Amino acid sequence: MKVGTNAYLLLSALLFTIGVVGVLVRRNAIVVFMCVELMLNAVNLSFIAFARRNGTLDGQVLAFFVMVVAAAEVVVGLGILVAIFRKRSSASVDDVNLLRG
Amino acid sequence: MILAATTAAERAELITFVPLAVLSVVTAVGMVTSRNAVYSALLLVVNFFCLAGFYVLLQAQFIAAVQVIVYAGAIMVLFLFVLMLLGIGNEEVVSEPIPGQRVVAGVLALALLVAVVVAVLNGGLSGGAGDLAAANQGGNVEAVGRLLFTRYAFAFEATGILLVVAAVGALVLGKRRP
Repeated sequence: MKVGTNAYLLLSALLFTIGVVGVLVRRNAIVVFMCVELMLNAVNLSFIAFARRNGTLDGQVLAFFVMVVAAAEVVVGLGILVAIFRKRSSASVDDVNLLRG
Repeated sequence: MILAATTAAERAELITFVPLAVLSVVTAVGMVTSRNAVYSALLLVVNFFCLAGFYVLLQAQFIAAVQVIVYAGAIMVLFLFVLMLLGIGNEEVVSEPIPGQRVVAGVLALALLVAVVVAVLNGGLSGGAGDLAAANQGGNVEAVGRLLFTRYAFAFEATGILLVVAAVGALVLGKRRP
C-alpha cells in the first residue's frame, strides 16, 4: 500500500512541534527565525500531502505562496536583526526589552 | 498494515519515506539543540533537502525544485550570511529569564503535539492516498503554472508587490543612519 496521507500529516505535526519548542526555548534570535522556517516547512508538507490526497494542485500552489511569503519575511526579519545588532551588539531575544512596561 | 506493500512503486515509496522521515526528525531536533548557530543552519539545510524528497514522493516535482533552490539555496545562504556578518560565536547564555520556562515550553509543546495527532487520527483520513496523475497530465510544472496564471493570477501579482515591499524594507532597515 502507499504511504498514506496520515503518515505525512503526523510527520508534519512532529516537525511543527519541534519548531515550536525551538521558538519557546532558544534565546538566539537567528535560531528562533530558523525554527519559524521549520514550522512553515512542516505546514507546507501537510499542504502537499493534502494536494495528493485530493487529486488537485491547489495545495501545491498554496505551498508555493507560503514559500514566497517566507522569503519576504526572512529578508525583513534579518534586516531588523542586523539593525538591532548594530544598536546593542547582541542577538539575544532577551536584550530587546525597550518596550517592556 | 504498512508492510503489506503490493507493487514495486509503492514499496519504493515506503523505503524512501522511512529513512527520510527519520533523517528529517533527527536534523530538526539537532537544529533546536545545537549550541552553535552555524551547526543549526547546516542541519536545517539537510532538513530542507529531506522535505524536497517528500515533495518528490508526493508528486510535487516543481515545489521540490523550488524548495531546493529557494530554501536550501537562497534563504539559508542569507541566514549564514547574517550569522557570519554578526560574528556570533557559540556562546549562548543558558539563562532562564522566566523561571521554569523550559519545562513549561516542553509541556505546552507536548500538549500541542497530542492535540494535533488526535485530530489527525480522528479526521477520517485513514483511507488510501489519492493520486495526482490526472492533474499532472502534461507535466507538473505546466499544470502548476497554468493554475498560477489563471485561478491564482491576482494572488500572484500581489506576491510581486509583497516582494518589492520586502526588498525596499530590507534596504531601509539596512541603511546606516548618519
